[in-house]
Amino acid sequence: MKLAIRDLSKVFVTGTGEKVPALEGINLTVEDEEFLCILGPSGCGKTTLLRIIAGLDTPTTGSIQVDGEALSGPSRRIAMIFQEYSLFPWRTVLENVVFGLEVQGMDREERLAAARKYLDLVGLSSFEKNLPYELSGGMRQRVAVARALATEPTALLMDEPFGALDAQTRNLMQTELQEIWRKTRKTILFVTHSVDEAVFLADRIVVLTERPGRVREIVPVKKCPHPRDRTCRDFVDIRRHVLDLISGGSSD
Amino acid sequence: MRRPLGIILPILLLIVWEIAAQSINNQFILPRLETVVPVLLAPTVDILGTGSLVHNALVSLERVGAGFLVALAIAIPLGVGMGWSQRFDAIVDTTIQLLRPIPPLAWGPLAIAWFSVGINSMVFIIFLGAFFPILLNTIDGVKSIKKTWVEVAQTLGASERQVLSKVVLPGASPTIWTGLRVGFGIAWMCVIAAEWLPGTTSGLGYLTLYAYNFGQMHYIIAGMITIGIIGIAFDFLFRSVEDRWFCWRGLER
Repeated sequence: MKLAIRDLSKVFVTGTGEKVPALEGINLTVEDEEFLCILGPSGCGKTTLLRIIAGLDTPTTGSIQVDGEALSGPSRRIAMIFQEYSLFPWRTVLENVVFGLEVQGMDREERLAAARKYLDLVGLSSFEKNLPYELSGGMRQRVAVARALATEPTALLMDEPFGALDAQTRNLMQTELQEIWRKTRKTILFVTHSVDEAVFLADRIVVLTERPGRVREIVPVKKCPHPRDRTCRDFVDIRRHVLDLISGGSSD
Repeated sequence: MRRPLGIILPILLLIVWEIAAQSINNQFILPRLETVVPVLLAPTVDILGTGSLVHNALVSLERVGAGFLVALAIAIPLGVGMGWSQRFDAIVDTTIQLLRPIPPLAWGPLAIAWFSVGINSMVFIIFLGAFFPILLNTIDGVKSIKKTWVEVAQTLGASERQVLSKVVLPGASPTIWTGLRVGFGIAWMCVIAAEWLPGTTSGLGYLTLYAYNFGQMHYIIAGMITIGIIGIAFDFLFRSVEDRWFCWRGLER
Protein backbone atom coordinates (compact mmCIF):
# COMPACT_ATOMS: atom_id res chain seq x y z
CA MET A 1 0.00 0.00 0.00
CA LYS A 2 1.27 3.43 -0.86
CA LEU A 3 0.36 6.17 1.57
CA ALA A 4 0.73 9.83 0.61
CA ILE A 5 0.41 12.51 3.29
CA ARG A 6 0.11 16.02 1.85
CA ASP A 7 0.46 19.33 3.75
CA LEU A 8 -1.11 17.80 6.80
CA SER A 9 -1.57 19.86 9.96
CA LYS A 10 -3.51 19.40 13.16
CA VAL A 11 -4.53 22.09 15.63
CA PHE A 12 -6.18 21.08 18.90
CA VAL A 13 -8.55 23.48 20.60
CA THR A 14 -8.42 23.22 24.39
CA GLY A 15 -11.38 23.60 26.72
CA THR A 16 -10.53 27.29 27.22
CA GLY A 17 -10.57 27.93 23.46
CA GLU A 18 -6.79 28.05 23.19
CA LYS A 19 -5.36 26.72 19.94
CA VAL A 20 -2.49 24.25 20.25
CA PRO A 21 -0.79 23.24 17.01
CA ALA A 22 0.29 19.59 17.14
CA LEU A 23 1.43 18.93 13.58
CA GLU A 24 2.45 21.35 10.87
CA GLY A 25 3.05 20.90 7.14
CA ILE A 26 3.68 17.17 7.16
CA ASN A 27 4.56 15.80 3.74
CA LEU A 28 5.40 12.15 3.63
CA THR A 29 5.14 9.23 1.25
CA VAL A 30 5.16 5.71 2.60
CA GLU A 31 6.09 3.14 -0.02
CA ASP A 32 4.41 -0.24 -0.42
CA GLU A 33 5.81 -2.86 1.98
CA GLU A 34 7.98 -0.27 3.64
CA PHE A 35 8.86 -0.30 7.34
CA LEU A 36 8.78 3.33 8.38
CA CYS A 37 9.54 4.53 11.89
CA ILE A 38 8.32 7.86 13.15
CA LEU A 39 10.60 9.19 15.84
CA GLY A 40 10.42 12.30 17.93
CA PRO A 41 10.40 13.72 21.43
CA SER A 42 7.33 13.30 23.66
CA GLY A 43 4.48 15.54 22.63
CA CYS A 44 5.74 16.07 19.08
CA GLY A 45 2.47 14.81 17.63
CA LYS A 46 3.69 11.43 16.37
CA THR A 47 0.79 9.59 17.97
CA THR A 48 -1.59 12.21 16.56
CA LEU A 49 -0.21 11.58 13.09
CA LEU A 50 -0.79 7.85 13.49
CA ARG A 51 -4.32 8.39 14.83
CA ILE A 52 -5.16 10.57 11.84
CA ILE A 53 -3.93 7.87 9.44
CA ALA A 54 -6.01 5.32 11.41
CA GLY A 55 -9.07 7.51 10.93
CA LEU A 56 -9.50 8.11 14.67
CA ASP A 57 -8.76 11.83 14.33
CA THR A 58 -9.29 14.25 11.48
CA PRO A 59 -6.59 16.58 10.18
CA THR A 60 -7.16 20.33 10.40
CA THR A 61 -5.73 20.82 6.91
CA GLY A 62 -4.17 18.57 4.30
CA SER A 63 -5.04 15.11 3.10
CA ILE A 64 -4.02 11.48 3.14
CA GLN A 65 -4.26 9.29 0.08
CA VAL A 66 -4.17 5.52 0.14
CA ASP A 67 -3.15 4.16 -3.26
CA GLY A 68 -4.48 7.37 -4.78
CA GLU A 69 -7.79 7.40 -2.91
CA ALA A 70 -8.58 9.96 -0.23
CA LEU A 71 -8.82 8.49 3.27
CA SER A 72 -11.89 9.18 5.37
CA GLY A 73 -12.41 7.43 8.70
CA PRO A 74 -11.17 3.99 9.75
CA SER A 75 -10.34 1.71 6.84
CA ARG A 76 -10.28 -2.06 6.76
CA ARG A 77 -7.01 -1.90 4.91
CA ILE A 78 -5.30 -0.21 7.86
CA ALA A 79 -5.05 -1.78 11.31
CA MET A 80 -3.71 -0.13 14.44
CA ILE A 81 -1.84 -1.56 17.41
CA PHE A 82 -1.90 0.47 20.60
CA GLN A 83 0.64 0.77 23.38
CA GLU A 84 -1.46 -1.00 26.01
CA TYR A 85 -4.95 -1.70 27.37
CA SER A 86 -6.04 -2.74 23.92
CA LEU A 87 -7.15 -6.34 24.45
CA PHE A 88 -10.75 -6.95 25.47
CA PRO A 89 -10.26 -8.39 28.97
CA TRP A 90 -13.52 -10.39 28.91
CA ARG A 91 -12.60 -12.22 25.71
CA THR A 92 -10.19 -15.13 25.53
CA VAL A 93 -7.07 -14.80 23.42
CA LEU A 94 -8.76 -16.50 20.46
CA GLU A 95 -11.92 -14.42 20.85
CA ASN A 96 -9.76 -11.30 20.81
CA VAL A 97 -7.97 -12.29 17.63
CA VAL A 98 -11.25 -13.18 15.95
CA PHE A 99 -12.89 -9.84 16.78
CA GLY A 100 -12.18 -8.01 13.54
CA LEU A 101 -13.39 -10.91 11.41
CA GLU A 102 -16.47 -11.27 13.58
CA VAL A 103 -17.59 -7.66 13.09
CA GLN A 104 -16.86 -7.98 9.39
CA GLY A 105 -19.37 -10.82 9.26
CA MET A 106 -17.13 -13.75 8.33
CA ASP A 107 -18.77 -17.03 9.31
CA ARG A 108 -17.73 -18.79 12.45
CA GLU A 109 -15.66 -21.73 11.23
CA GLU A 110 -13.83 -19.65 8.69
CA ARG A 111 -12.96 -16.85 11.11
CA LEU A 112 -11.79 -19.23 13.83
CA ALA A 113 -9.49 -20.93 11.35
CA ALA A 114 -8.10 -17.58 10.21
CA ALA A 115 -7.60 -16.40 13.79
CA ARG A 116 -5.77 -19.62 14.70
CA LYS A 117 -3.46 -19.15 11.76
CA TYR A 118 -2.32 -15.76 13.04
CA LEU A 119 -2.19 -16.90 16.63
CA ASP A 120 0.20 -19.57 15.40
CA LEU A 121 2.26 -16.94 13.58
CA VAL A 122 2.88 -15.08 16.86
CA GLY A 123 3.53 -18.37 18.68
CA LEU A 124 0.56 -18.32 21.05
CA SER A 125 -1.52 -21.26 19.81
CA SER A 126 -1.43 -22.97 23.19
CA PHE A 127 -2.89 -19.89 24.91
CA GLU A 128 -6.06 -19.50 22.84
CA LYS A 129 -8.38 -20.18 25.78
CA ASN A 130 -6.58 -17.90 28.23
CA LEU A 131 -7.85 -14.49 29.28
CA PRO A 132 -5.57 -11.48 28.65
CA TYR A 133 -4.84 -10.88 32.33
CA GLU A 134 -3.20 -14.31 32.50
CA LEU A 135 -0.59 -13.29 29.90
CA SER A 136 2.63 -11.33 30.23
CA GLY A 137 2.98 -7.89 28.63
CA GLY A 138 4.89 -9.27 25.66
CA MET A 139 2.32 -11.99 25.06
CA ARG A 140 -0.52 -9.48 25.19
CA GLN A 141 1.13 -7.40 22.49
CA ARG A 142 1.61 -10.53 20.38
CA VAL A 143 -2.12 -11.14 20.65
CA ALA A 144 -2.75 -7.54 19.60
CA VAL A 145 -0.50 -8.07 16.57
CA ALA A 146 -2.32 -11.29 15.66
CA ARG A 147 -5.68 -9.55 16.02
CA ALA A 148 -4.58 -6.73 13.72
CA LEU A 149 -3.13 -9.14 11.14
CA ALA A 150 -6.20 -11.40 11.16
CA THR A 151 -8.27 -8.84 9.24
CA GLU A 152 -5.54 -8.94 6.56
CA PRO A 153 -4.90 -5.21 6.33
CA THR A 154 -2.26 -3.99 3.92
CA ALA A 155 -0.84 -1.52 6.44
CA LEU A 156 -0.13 -1.77 10.16
CA LEU A 157 0.06 1.29 12.38
CA MET A 158 1.90 0.70 15.62
CA ASP A 159 1.86 3.29 18.40
CA GLU A 160 4.82 2.58 20.70
CA PRO A 161 3.64 -1.04 20.90
CA PHE A 162 6.62 -2.16 22.96
CA GLY A 163 6.84 0.98 25.08
CA ALA A 164 5.43 -0.68 28.18
CA LEU A 165 7.69 -3.75 28.01
CA ASP A 166 10.98 -4.42 29.77
CA ALA A 167 14.17 -4.04 27.70
CA GLN A 168 14.74 -7.76 27.13
CA THR A 169 11.19 -8.53 26.04
CA ARG A 170 11.31 -5.44 23.90
CA ASN A 171 14.36 -6.63 21.98
CA LEU A 172 12.77 -10.03 21.49
CA MET A 173 9.55 -8.47 20.22
CA GLN A 174 11.50 -6.29 17.78
CA THR A 175 13.15 -9.38 16.29
CA GLU A 176 9.80 -11.16 16.08
CA LEU A 177 8.16 -8.17 14.42
CA GLN A 178 10.94 -8.15 11.84
CA GLU A 179 10.19 -11.81 11.12
CA ILE A 180 6.48 -11.15 10.82
CA TRP A 181 7.09 -8.21 8.52
CA ARG A 182 9.32 -10.35 6.33
CA LYS A 183 6.67 -13.09 6.14
CA THR A 184 3.61 -10.91 5.61
CA ARG A 185 5.09 -7.96 3.67
CA LYS A 186 2.82 -5.37 5.28
CA THR A 187 3.45 -1.67 5.09
CA ILE A 188 4.31 -0.72 8.67
CA LEU A 189 4.25 2.70 10.31
CA PHE A 190 5.85 2.40 13.69
CA VAL A 191 5.87 5.23 16.22
CA THR A 192 8.55 5.18 18.88
CA HIS A 193 10.66 7.51 20.95
CA SER A 194 13.52 4.99 21.15
CA VAL A 195 16.29 5.72 18.64
CA ASP A 196 17.69 2.23 19.07
CA GLU A 197 14.34 0.64 18.26
CA ALA A 198 13.87 2.83 15.19
CA VAL A 199 17.31 2.09 13.78
CA PHE A 200 16.87 -1.63 14.44
CA LEU A 201 13.51 -1.89 12.69
CA ALA A 202 13.10 0.73 9.99
CA ASP A 203 13.80 1.08 6.31
CA ARG A 204 13.55 4.82 6.84
CA ILE A 205 13.22 6.90 9.98
CA VAL A 206 11.11 10.05 9.93
CA VAL A 207 12.46 12.37 12.61
CA LEU A 208 9.96 14.93 13.82
CA THR A 209 10.71 18.22 15.58
CA GLU A 210 9.28 19.24 18.91
CA ARG A 211 5.71 20.51 19.04
CA PRO A 212 4.36 21.47 16.64
CA GLY A 213 5.73 18.39 14.88
CA ARG A 214 7.35 18.95 11.48
CA VAL A 215 9.47 16.57 9.47
CA ARG A 216 13.05 17.42 10.42
CA GLU A 217 14.74 14.78 8.31
CA ILE A 218 14.07 11.41 6.77
CA VAL A 219 16.96 9.04 7.50
CA PRO A 220 17.38 5.95 5.30
CA VAL A 221 18.57 2.83 7.13
CA LYS A 222 18.26 0.38 4.24
CA LYS A 223 21.97 -0.11 3.71
CA CYS A 224 22.07 -1.94 7.03
CA PRO A 225 20.91 -5.54 6.26
CA HIS A 226 18.45 -7.50 8.47
CA PRO A 227 18.74 -8.96 11.04
CA ARG A 228 20.64 -5.93 12.20
CA ASP A 229 23.59 -6.09 14.49
CA ARG A 230 23.30 -3.29 17.00
CA THR A 231 27.05 -3.05 17.31
CA CYS A 232 27.97 -2.89 13.61
CA ARG A 233 29.53 0.22 12.20
CA ASP A 234 26.62 1.41 10.05
CA PHE A 235 24.15 0.87 12.87
CA VAL A 236 26.19 2.95 15.29
CA ASP A 237 26.74 5.72 12.73
CA ILE A 238 23.06 6.01 11.88
CA ARG A 239 22.15 5.85 15.52
CA ARG A 240 24.53 8.71 16.30
CA HIS A 241 23.20 10.79 13.42
CA VAL A 242 19.58 10.32 14.55
CA LEU A 243 20.52 11.12 18.14
CA ASP A 244 22.12 14.34 16.96
CA LEU A 245 18.91 15.22 15.12
CA ILE A 246 16.78 14.90 18.20
CA SER A 247 19.43 15.96 20.72
CA GLY A 248 17.75 17.34 23.74
CA GLY A 249 14.94 14.82 23.32
CA SER A 250 14.57 11.38 24.83
CA SER A 251 16.97 8.75 23.49
CA ASP A 252 16.66 5.63 25.63
CA MET B 1 -10.39 -18.01 59.82
CA ARG B 2 -12.85 -15.28 58.87
CA ARG B 3 -15.89 -17.52 58.79
CA PRO B 4 -15.44 -19.16 62.20
CA LEU B 5 -14.74 -15.73 63.69
CA GLY B 6 -17.80 -14.23 62.02
CA ILE B 7 -20.10 -16.89 63.44
CA ILE B 8 -19.33 -16.05 67.09
CA LEU B 9 -21.38 -12.86 67.28
CA PRO B 10 -24.60 -14.31 65.83
CA ILE B 11 -24.43 -17.20 68.32
CA LEU B 12 -23.92 -14.74 71.17
CA LEU B 13 -26.85 -12.74 69.88
CA LEU B 14 -29.08 -15.84 69.95
CA ILE B 15 -28.01 -16.55 73.54
CA VAL B 16 -28.70 -12.95 74.60
CA TRP B 17 -32.07 -13.15 72.88
CA GLU B 18 -32.99 -16.33 74.71
CA ILE B 19 -31.88 -14.95 78.08
CA ALA B 20 -33.77 -11.70 77.45
CA ALA B 21 -36.89 -13.58 76.33
CA GLN B 22 -36.83 -15.72 79.45
CA SER B 23 -36.41 -12.77 81.79
CA ILE B 24 -39.00 -10.60 80.04
CA ASN B 25 -41.29 -13.61 79.95
CA ASN B 26 -43.82 -11.94 77.68
CA GLN B 27 -44.36 -13.57 74.29
CA PHE B 28 -46.11 -10.44 72.99
CA ILE B 29 -42.86 -8.49 73.32
CA LEU B 30 -40.11 -11.03 72.72
CA PRO B 31 -40.99 -14.66 72.00
CA ARG B 32 -38.58 -17.38 73.07
CA LEU B 33 -36.22 -19.03 70.59
CA GLU B 34 -37.96 -22.38 70.94
CA THR B 35 -41.25 -20.93 69.70
CA VAL B 36 -39.63 -19.44 66.56
CA VAL B 37 -37.43 -22.36 65.52
CA PRO B 38 -40.32 -24.84 65.00
CA VAL B 39 -41.98 -22.34 62.64
CA LEU B 40 -38.78 -22.11 60.59
CA LEU B 41 -38.34 -25.88 60.63
CA ALA B 42 -41.83 -26.41 59.23
CA PRO B 43 -41.78 -23.95 56.31
CA THR B 44 -44.55 -25.72 54.44
CA VAL B 45 -47.11 -25.59 57.26
CA ASP B 46 -49.92 -23.05 56.96
CA ILE B 47 -49.69 -19.97 59.20
CA LEU B 48 -52.92 -18.34 60.41
CA GLY B 49 -54.65 -19.25 57.15
CA THR B 50 -52.32 -17.10 55.01
CA GLY B 51 -50.42 -20.05 53.58
CA SER B 52 -47.00 -21.42 54.52
CA LEU B 53 -43.66 -19.59 54.74
CA VAL B 54 -42.58 -21.17 51.47
CA HIS B 55 -45.81 -20.20 49.75
CA ASN B 56 -45.59 -16.59 50.93
CA ALA B 57 -41.88 -16.38 50.09
CA LEU B 58 -42.62 -17.55 46.54
CA VAL B 59 -45.39 -14.98 46.21
CA SER B 60 -43.02 -12.22 47.33
CA LEU B 61 -40.25 -13.46 45.05
CA GLU B 62 -42.58 -13.50 42.08
CA ARG B 63 -43.45 -9.84 42.69
CA VAL B 64 -39.80 -8.91 43.13
CA GLY B 65 -38.91 -10.83 39.99
CA ALA B 66 -41.51 -8.98 37.93
CA GLY B 67 -40.54 -5.51 39.21
CA PHE B 68 -36.85 -6.29 38.91
CA LEU B 69 -37.15 -7.49 35.31
CA VAL B 70 -39.08 -4.40 34.27
CA ALA B 71 -36.47 -2.19 35.98
CA LEU B 72 -33.62 -4.05 34.29
CA ALA B 73 -35.26 -3.90 30.87
CA ILE B 74 -35.64 -0.12 31.08
CA ALA B 75 -32.61 0.91 33.15
CA ILE B 76 -29.89 -0.90 31.18
CA PRO B 77 -30.71 0.50 27.71
CA LEU B 78 -31.37 3.93 29.22
CA GLY B 79 -28.09 3.80 31.15
CA VAL B 80 -26.11 2.71 28.09
CA GLY B 81 -27.63 5.63 26.18
CA MET B 82 -26.85 8.11 28.94
CA GLY B 83 -23.32 6.81 29.46
CA TRP B 84 -22.57 6.76 25.73
CA SER B 85 -24.11 10.00 24.49
CA GLN B 86 -23.37 13.23 26.35
CA ARG B 87 -26.26 14.93 24.59
CA PHE B 88 -28.75 12.27 25.64
CA ASP B 89 -27.33 12.40 29.18
CA ALA B 90 -27.84 16.18 29.26
CA ILE B 91 -31.47 15.76 28.23
CA VAL B 92 -32.41 13.03 30.72
CA ASP B 93 -30.10 13.53 33.69
CA THR B 94 -31.94 16.40 35.43
CA THR B 95 -35.20 14.48 35.41
CA ILE B 96 -33.50 11.41 36.84
CA GLN B 97 -31.85 13.45 39.60
CA LEU B 98 -35.20 15.01 40.51
CA LEU B 99 -37.02 11.68 40.76
CA ARG B 100 -34.27 9.71 42.43
CA PRO B 101 -34.51 11.07 46.01
CA ILE B 102 -38.21 10.13 46.29
CA PRO B 103 -38.38 6.87 48.27
CA PRO B 104 -40.19 4.16 46.29
CA LEU B 105 -42.77 3.77 49.08
CA ALA B 106 -43.73 7.45 48.82
CA TRP B 107 -45.22 6.46 45.48
CA GLY B 108 -47.54 4.02 47.29
CA PRO B 109 -50.74 6.08 47.20
CA LEU B 110 -50.14 7.07 43.57
CA ALA B 111 -49.32 3.48 42.70
CA ILE B 112 -52.66 2.36 44.06
CA ALA B 113 -54.47 5.19 42.31
CA TRP B 114 -52.86 4.35 38.97
CA PHE B 115 -52.63 0.58 39.10
CA SER B 116 -55.28 -0.19 41.77
CA VAL B 117 -54.59 -2.58 44.64
CA GLY B 118 -52.82 -5.83 43.87
CA ILE B 119 -49.75 -7.00 42.05
CA ASN B 120 -49.44 -4.13 39.58
CA SER B 121 -49.06 -1.40 42.18
CA MET B 122 -46.55 -3.54 44.09
CA VAL B 123 -44.57 -4.27 40.96
CA PHE B 124 -44.49 -0.53 40.27
CA ILE B 125 -42.98 0.21 43.69
CA ILE B 126 -40.44 -2.62 43.38
CA PHE B 127 -39.56 -1.38 39.91
CA LEU B 128 -38.79 2.07 41.34
CA GLY B 129 -36.59 0.55 44.04
CA ALA B 130 -34.50 -1.50 41.63
CA PHE B 131 -34.45 1.03 38.79
CA PHE B 132 -32.05 3.69 40.10
CA PRO B 133 -29.18 1.51 41.31
CA ILE B 134 -29.22 -0.37 37.99
CA LEU B 135 -29.39 2.85 35.98
CA LEU B 136 -26.62 4.67 37.87
CA ASN B 137 -24.27 1.69 37.77
CA THR B 138 -24.90 1.17 34.05
CA ILE B 139 -24.08 4.83 33.34
CA ASP B 140 -20.97 4.56 35.48
CA GLY B 141 -19.91 1.32 33.83
CA VAL B 142 -20.32 2.70 30.32
CA LYS B 143 -18.47 5.92 31.16
CA SER B 144 -15.52 4.03 32.60
CA ILE B 145 -15.00 1.92 29.45
CA LYS B 146 -11.42 2.26 28.25
CA LYS B 147 -11.27 4.52 25.21
CA THR B 148 -8.72 2.21 23.61
CA TRP B 149 -11.23 -0.67 23.52
CA VAL B 150 -13.66 1.44 21.51
CA GLU B 151 -10.93 2.66 19.16
CA VAL B 152 -9.59 -0.84 18.59
CA ALA B 153 -13.10 -1.94 17.59
CA GLN B 154 -13.49 1.05 15.27
CA THR B 155 -10.18 0.46 13.52
CA LEU B 156 -11.15 -3.19 13.06
CA GLY B 157 -14.27 -2.10 11.25
CA ALA B 158 -16.99 -2.28 13.92
CA SER B 159 -20.09 -0.16 13.36
CA GLU B 160 -21.42 1.96 16.24
CA ARG B 161 -24.03 -0.71 16.90
CA GLN B 162 -21.33 -3.38 17.10
CA VAL B 163 -19.19 -1.17 19.33
CA LEU B 164 -22.14 -0.87 21.71
CA SER B 165 -23.07 -4.55 21.72
CA LYS B 166 -19.61 -6.11 21.54
CA VAL B 167 -17.47 -3.64 23.48
CA VAL B 168 -19.45 -1.19 25.59
CA LEU B 169 -22.00 -3.62 27.01
CA PRO B 170 -19.56 -6.43 27.89
CA GLY B 171 -16.97 -3.90 29.09
CA ALA B 172 -19.51 -2.30 31.41
CA SER B 173 -21.05 -5.61 32.48
CA PRO B 174 -19.21 -6.01 35.82
CA THR B 175 -20.45 -2.61 36.96
CA ILE B 176 -23.93 -3.27 35.56
CA TRP B 177 -23.95 -6.55 37.48
CA THR B 178 -23.13 -4.67 40.69
CA GLY B 179 -26.13 -2.47 39.90
CA LEU B 180 -28.30 -5.56 39.49
CA ARG B 181 -27.13 -6.96 42.81
CA VAL B 182 -27.79 -3.71 44.68
CA GLY B 183 -31.04 -3.21 42.78
CA PHE B 184 -32.27 -6.67 43.69
CA GLY B 185 -31.45 -6.06 47.35
CA ILE B 186 -33.49 -2.86 47.38
CA ALA B 187 -36.31 -4.51 45.42
CA TRP B 188 -36.44 -7.22 48.08
CA MET B 189 -36.77 -4.57 50.79
CA CYS B 190 -39.44 -2.79 48.78
CA VAL B 191 -41.61 -5.88 48.33
CA ILE B 192 -41.95 -6.37 52.08
CA ALA B 193 -43.11 -2.80 52.57
CA ALA B 194 -45.27 -2.88 49.43
CA GLU B 195 -47.09 -5.89 50.88
CA TRP B 196 -48.19 -3.73 53.80
CA LEU B 197 -50.26 -1.65 51.39
CA PRO B 198 -54.01 -2.04 51.78
CA GLY B 199 -55.65 -4.80 49.77
CA THR B 200 -52.76 -7.24 49.97
CA THR B 201 -53.55 -10.81 51.06
CA SER B 202 -50.27 -12.70 50.68
CA GLY B 203 -46.49 -12.44 50.76
CA LEU B 204 -43.91 -12.39 53.56
CA GLY B 205 -44.55 -8.70 54.26
CA TYR B 206 -48.28 -9.34 54.55
CA LEU B 207 -47.63 -12.38 56.75
CA THR B 208 -45.66 -10.38 59.32
CA LEU B 209 -48.23 -7.60 59.46
CA TYR B 210 -51.12 -10.07 59.67
CA ALA B 211 -49.41 -12.00 62.47
CA TYR B 212 -49.04 -8.72 64.36
CA ASN B 213 -52.81 -8.27 64.36
CA PHE B 214 -53.04 -11.53 66.30
CA GLY B 215 -50.09 -10.77 68.54
CA GLN B 216 -48.24 -13.78 67.12
CA MET B 217 -44.71 -12.45 67.59
CA HIS B 218 -43.00 -15.75 66.86
CA TYR B 219 -44.54 -15.77 63.38
CA ILE B 220 -43.31 -12.22 62.82
CA ILE B 221 -39.77 -13.11 63.78
CA ALA B 222 -39.85 -16.32 61.73
CA GLY B 223 -41.03 -14.22 58.78
CA MET B 224 -38.27 -11.67 59.35
CA ILE B 225 -35.62 -14.39 59.49
CA THR B 226 -36.97 -15.90 56.26
CA ILE B 227 -36.80 -12.47 54.62
CA GLY B 228 -33.20 -12.10 55.77
CA ILE B 229 -32.15 -15.56 54.62
CA ILE B 230 -33.61 -15.06 51.15
CA GLY B 231 -31.90 -11.66 50.91
CA ILE B 232 -28.52 -13.17 51.84
CA ALA B 233 -29.02 -16.11 49.48
CA PHE B 234 -29.63 -13.86 46.49
CA ASP B 235 -26.73 -11.59 47.37
CA PHE B 236 -24.51 -14.67 47.55
CA LEU B 237 -25.82 -15.86 44.20
CA PHE B 238 -25.07 -12.52 42.56
CA ARG B 239 -21.59 -12.47 44.08
CA SER B 240 -20.68 -15.96 42.96
CA VAL B 241 -21.72 -15.16 39.41
CA GLU B 242 -19.60 -12.01 39.67
CA ASP B 243 -16.55 -14.06 40.69
CA ARG B 244 -17.05 -16.52 37.85
CA TRP B 245 -17.95 -14.24 34.96
CA PHE B 246 -16.05 -11.11 35.82
CA CYS B 247 -12.80 -12.52 37.14
CA TRP B 248 -11.02 -10.10 34.80
CA ARG B 249 -12.45 -7.11 36.62
CA GLY B 250 -9.72 -4.80 37.91
CA LEU B 251 -7.12 -6.77 35.95
CA GLU B 252 -7.45 -4.90 32.65
CA ARG B 253 -4.01 -4.49 31.18
